[in-house]
Amino acid sequence: MNVASWLLWGFAATLVLTGLLSVGQGLGLTRMSLPFILGTFFTPDRDRAKLVGFGVHLANGWLFSLLYVAFFQSWHRATWWLGAILGAVQAAIVLTTGMRLLPGLHPRMASETHGPTPTRQLEPPGFLALNYGARTALATFVAHVAYGLILGAFYRPV
Amino acid sequence: MEAVGDHAIIGDCRAAALVDREGAIDWLCWPRFDSPSLFGALLDDRAGHWRIAPVGAVRVERGYVGPTNVLRTRFLTPTGRLALYDLMPVASEAGKKSLLLPEHEILRIAACEAGEVEVAMSYAPRPGFGRDVPALRDGPLGVRFELGAGAVVLRCEPRCTLDGGTATTRFRLRAGEDTAFSLTLAHQWPGVLPPIGPNARQALERALRFWGDWSARCRYDGPAREAVLRSALALDLLVYAPSGAVVAAATTSLPEAAGGNRNWDYRYCWLRDASLTARALLGLGFVDEARAFVSWLLQSTRLTRPRLATLYDVHGNAPPRERPIAWLSGHRGARPVRVGNAAVEQLQLDVYGEVVDAASRFAGAGGAFDRTTASMLRGFGEQVCRTWRSPDEGMWEPRSGRRRHTHSTVLCWTALDRLAGLARSGRLTRLPVDRIESCREEIRREVETRAWNGELESYVAEFGGSEVDASLLLLPWYGFARADSERMRATHDRIVSELDAGNGLLFRRREDRDRGEGAFGACGFWRAEMLALGGRLDEAAELFERLCARSNDVGLFAEEADPASGAAIGNFPQAFTHVGLVNAALTLAERLRHGGPAEGPA
Repeated sequence: MNVASWLLWGFAATLVLTGLLSVGQGLGLTRMSLPFILGTFFTPDRDRAKLVGFGVHLANGWLFSLLYVAFFQSWHRATWWLGAILGAVQAAIVLTTGMRLLPGLHPRMASETHGPTPTRQLEPPGFLALNYGARTALATFVAHVAYGLILGAFYRPV
Repeated sequence: MEAVGDHAIIGDCRAAALVDREGAIDWLCWPRFDSPSLFGALLDDRAGHWRIAPVGAVRVERGYVGPTNVLRTRFLTPTGRLALYDLMPVASEAGKKSLLLPEHEILRIAACEAGEVEVAMSYAPRPGFGRDVPALRDGPLGVRFELGAGAVVLRCEPRCTLDGGTATTRFRLRAGEDTAFSLTLAHQWPGVLPPIGPNARQALERALRFWGDWSARCRYDGPAREAVLRSALALDLLVYAPSGAVVAAATTSLPEAAGGNRNWDYRYCWLRDASLTARALLGLGFVDEARAFVSWLLQSTRLTRPRLATLYDVHGNAPPRERPIAWLSGHRGARPVRVGNAAVEQLQLDVYGEVVDAASRFAGAGGAFDRTTASMLRGFGEQVCRTWRSPDEGMWEPRSGRRRHTHSTVLCWTALDRLAGLARSGRLTRLPVDRIESCREEIRREVETRAWNGELESYVAEFGGSEVDASLLLLPWYGFARADSERMRATHDRIVSELDAGNGLLFRRREDRDRGEGAFGACGFWRAEMLALGGRLDEAAELFERLCARSNDVGLFAEEADPASGAAIGNFPQAFTHVGLVNAALTLAERLRHGGPAEGPA
């Protein structure tokens, strides 16, 4: 494994993923904010949640890129399109399975079956995260494909 | 459609809603003051409302709960009494750290206080100024619809029936029972859906505490304290907290004359109000709000410096181009409804004096200027020296061309006077003081010569003119003339004889009366303040009291008032009027303490 290459491009890909989702949010394409959702695992304070969540998301993305690197190492090659395919698969898993499991994991998230309570008030994302805007799936998909694409294009397997 | 003055305001310093005496919210722009309306029945019955009221109410009493912005409307019915609490939940900064709160929320709590009451709720959101009928969906987490990328969710305990974009329900409450309705907007972030029930009560208590603590910071202790505090609370609801900007009013296109077409969008920030607003906030002891406002003023104007626009949006950008909203029938038929404001294209030279005077007050309260701000202030001085002879549209923003306005020219004098003062006191460096002072004196000579009409024995509104306007009452306020001077006393008498609207009210200009417009709310208070500045304290106090009594039942003022009935006219509630009330009170209280006429500006 090329550790230097992983550290550099894992970090860069995560930054781009976060940036693209934030841009989508700013442009009104989606209300999905993974840093905010992750941050509210730890604190109800909105501002603090965004900050903490950003750090957690960065660390998550970095660590998650290890999985991509493992695939590239096992295939003995890394290309932009292989990375993009992996990103698309990850996006599909996040949107279909991850988002539906989230209310069960998140201490502050309500669910479709259990209404808001004093501790669980965060709106659940729902299937394909459509509760966070009709174009959430698209924005999430694009961001993850870009994440994989960067890793595939720039990571150098050894 | 309810009259303008039948409304009360609730808000959270980001957006505001108007609630009428029938329990209907018929004006709400979300997420910001200048966003398109979600409820717009104030401008067209079909443009959306949210009503909660008992069936067959026979009497309505309402007021804010103490010195807060929580509205309580009491409905008396043949079978019982219902209290409806309306608020936008707010929390202290410390409270926000331990609470996950929605981005935007309106909370309404219906509580039966006696007997038994049947209550009807009708929720008809019509986004886009009434253009859209949303597809409401009922689910386990509430009745929701998508608003762009955002989501609006109504949560309540009674089961709703959905029919063509409207949700309705009926329920009964017995004495001691209550039920809550929560409407949230998730605009940019995943939504937060606060539970109803006991949590709603806690949110109400939290809001009462928040506003109570806020009001306790008011250090005013003079005549009509309740009216002054209500004005301060109303003014704070027109503050956009994220930037510190103050919008002129919460509404657009409430007409200046019944059925008329002088309908403007006031959901922006006018520099014209800057100095008066800064003084009002500082004088009441709301120093943080005043600092935030002046900071906004100095930051937002950087985009256009050294030229100043007449108005900006809450983030200092130009407001959208003025356009009519053709599908709205207007308030009681007054068309067109306009969004955006073409006054942004006008030249108003008074804004330099307003901004520099506000900055000077900021410095007087301990504020310091960074290098960019200092450079900007010097730039304003240069700009004033270059342009003070130019005709402009003036503070009343007529759309009939440019003239040499006395008020604008005096405000140019004010700008130079304050800059020289800042330089002489060492708060502003590298200012060509001699040049600034020489220009200031030249302006004074010009005003004393060309704005004084010897035949009328009065200052006049335009150079060489023969008409007065109420803005001349402000000349002592800025320190240009003493209120007890011969000229100002004569000007005051001339203004009263020509612009008196009865009951202490004043028209801005004679043409307003000719056109059937109302009396301009702020002008009466300017007169009271000028009388106080001139040492005529009994007259000032009597007039001030009479004017305060012209508010609506919850202490709010519109832009104008009908001279005969006192009914509120124009955009509502109007910051300028409330600022006028506060400033008049501050000056009156100060003069009552010290006695005699004032030596300098207010």
